Amino acid sequence: MSPLASFFGAIRPGGDRPKVQLTQIDESMRSPCVFFIMAALSWLVAGTVFALLASFTLHAPDYFPNWEWLTFGRVRSAHLNAVAYGWSNNAVFAVGLWLMARLCRTEVRHGGLLLVAGLFWNVGLFCGILGILNGNMTSVEWLEMPSSVAPLLVASYALIGVWGILSFRYRATDHVYVSQWYILAALFWFPWLYVVAQVMILWMPARGTVQSITNWWFAHNVLGLWYTPMGLAAAYYFIPKVLGRPIHSYYLSVIGFWSLALFYNWAGVHHLIGGPIPVWLISAGIVASVMMVIPVIVTAVNHHMTVVGQFKAVWMSPTLRFIVFGAMSYTLASLIGSAMALREVNVVTHFTHFTVGHAHHGAYAFFTMTMFGSIYFMMPRLLNREWPSAFLIRVHFWAAALGITLMLLALHVGGWIQGLEMNNPDIPFLDTVKNTVPWLISRSLAGCLLAIGHLAFFINFFWMLWGGETVEELEGPTLFNEQVEG
Amino acid sequence: MKNLPLLFLGIFFCIAFSWTGLILSSQIQFGSLEPIAIEEGERPHPRKPVGLADQGKQVYIGNGCMYCHSQQTRRKGFGADFDRGWGERQTVPRDYILQKRVLLGTMRTGPDLMNVGQRLSSRDWHHLHLYDPQITSEGSVMPPFGFLYRTQEIGDAPSDHALRFPPNYEGAPESGYEVVPSARAEALVDYLLSLKINYELPESKFASDD
Repeated sequence: MSPLASFFGAIRPGGDRPKVQLTQIDESMRSPCVFFIMAALSWLVAGTVFALLASFTLHAPDYFPNWEWLTFGRVRSAHLNAVAYGWSNNAVFAVGLWLMARLCRTEVRHGGLLLVAGLFWNVGLFCGILGILNGNMTSVEWLEMPSSVAPLLVASYALIGVWGILSFRYRATDHVYVSQWYILAALFWFPWLYVVAQVMILWMPARGTVQSITNWWFAHNVLGLWYTPMGLAAAYYFIPKVLGRPIHSYYLSVIGFWSLALFYNWAGVHHLIGGPIPVWLISAGIVASVMMVIPVIVTAVNHHMTVVGQFKAVWMSPTLRFIVFGAMSYTLASLIGSAMALREVNVVTHFTHFTVGHAHHGAYAFFTMTMFGSIYFMMPRLLNREWPSAFLIRVHFWAAALGITLMLLALHVGGWIQGLEMNNPDIPFLDTVKNTVPWLISRSLAGCLLAIGHLAFFINFFWMLWGGETVEELEGPTLFNEQVEG
Repeated sequence: MKNLPLLFLGIFFCIAFSWTGLILSSQIQFGSLEPIAIEEGERPHPRKPVGLADQGKQVYIGNGCMYCHSQQTRRKGFGADFDRGWGERQTVPRDYILQKRVLLGTMRTGPDLMNVGQRLSSRDWHHLHLYDPQITSEGSVMPPFGFLYRTQEIGDAPSDHALRFPPNYEGAPESGYEVVPSARAEALVDYLLSLKINYELPESKFASDD
């Protein structure tokens, strides 16, 4: 045996370990997972408040008092960091690690340590966001938190991410399922991206626009190589799980995974089209962005073929209603993203609210919705009790689905018009600004809808956590069971 | 998938590939550019930011101005950057080499500022605009930066630095009071006025009027 093969053989020292019951695994993950979800939801609410402040400020600049820490540039950055590293990362930690442990059929020992690491992550984040509001932000997109909190975040991430690797190392299964590939890869990619970006932009800044390239390699890949794989891992797990049928095609999963891993990496440069960097880099970024059509279509076909014929079940299950909404948004958002990378389209959409809309398409309509769905599945298994209110889940779903649809329409249409007007020098610039106002107002209204949904989720979650006794009497899982007769 | 070495190596290779291709190769290609003089004997460009302007950049960074204002001029014919008077030549990598933090920006909720020091060279205009954008640009969505200014009682004589509001401006202080810029506001305006591309580089010259 070659040394390389024996090294990888040693990665799985357990041999044929006894498989553990899923309930035992859930039990072992209870406290860290509940903690991460609590933290995620708290950040989601905080991030929504920042979002509303920023959104209203943008069409009514004199509406809020003229306080320094409420100024648009700071509040929008606080929003981004709260929903990215607060809501999304905590959700990923909960969902990703839980899926990994389940798929590896292995208990997580000493889950208390995981909880402590999670505490440090959130303390670091809290300090970072205070730093942003305080005026100590970096103005590097997606890395706004003062660089002094980065070491704490990196260290606590290492202590969190390693639990996924440990589960994998001690797995008791032979086959490695597609969700595990995605989670394993993402757990490895995120720290690489984060550390490289921190070092090359903030600690030892690279020269000139090499910084900008590093910035967009990082910022685009945080979505593409961290949130997206986790969202897809959840979709690949929950769709077959809830429907009780296998994924349509193993081979499509393989193609989808490797083409995503290969192409998404290179796509970030499309944020710099027309900018002061070598043109060959931009072209490489455009090619990779267009090639992203392959993993997207492949994954869409695979998911669709798994679901086909079972749409009624999807509509009944809170988990699947959110996750299928997310999976469909992934397809649409990615295809629009590929189109936006073409120079002819980019010359209109670049620098406009269209891009902001696109970011929410990926981060909310896809990723966040799949995480909502995952949490609806996880919580009853972690706590052994049901969601107290199907009504609140329904409010959550409709507020989120309608809210994000309205927001995407407003920002895409408004952004496109803004871009066309900006490229027409006969229209004074200030007029292009004024003409965005109605669209920005629609975005604020959409944001209020999302806030209602988040509030419903928040109430339902803490009701479930603390109001346990009464709801155990309910029989069976909480479903949208209006059509149970049919 | 059972071939784990392949899985691990593949995961590693994919990100190493893009890091090498996008970042390392850029570093090699233009990571050691130097300022250059277009004719021998002239002072090379670009130049290091000096004095207050550099402190003003911190104010610009700390308040997130770049989330609405880009700092880049795209080539003629790609967008309307030239026609809007945002620059007389395309900006190129060398223009940014002496900036410790590069603020290219990805939004133009407000206009591009790569050349704003040349386009709008009045200190007073910038102060009024920062204090309340509605004074100079009615209908703008820019937030007011009144917190960078102080209202104070007029002493023996009005301050030289006091803002000169247009007549009938509703937000003007009561009589006996005046609004003066804080040190941060002065630094920020210095920074804005320092943003000029008034030199040529061998690889990017001013566009002719054709």
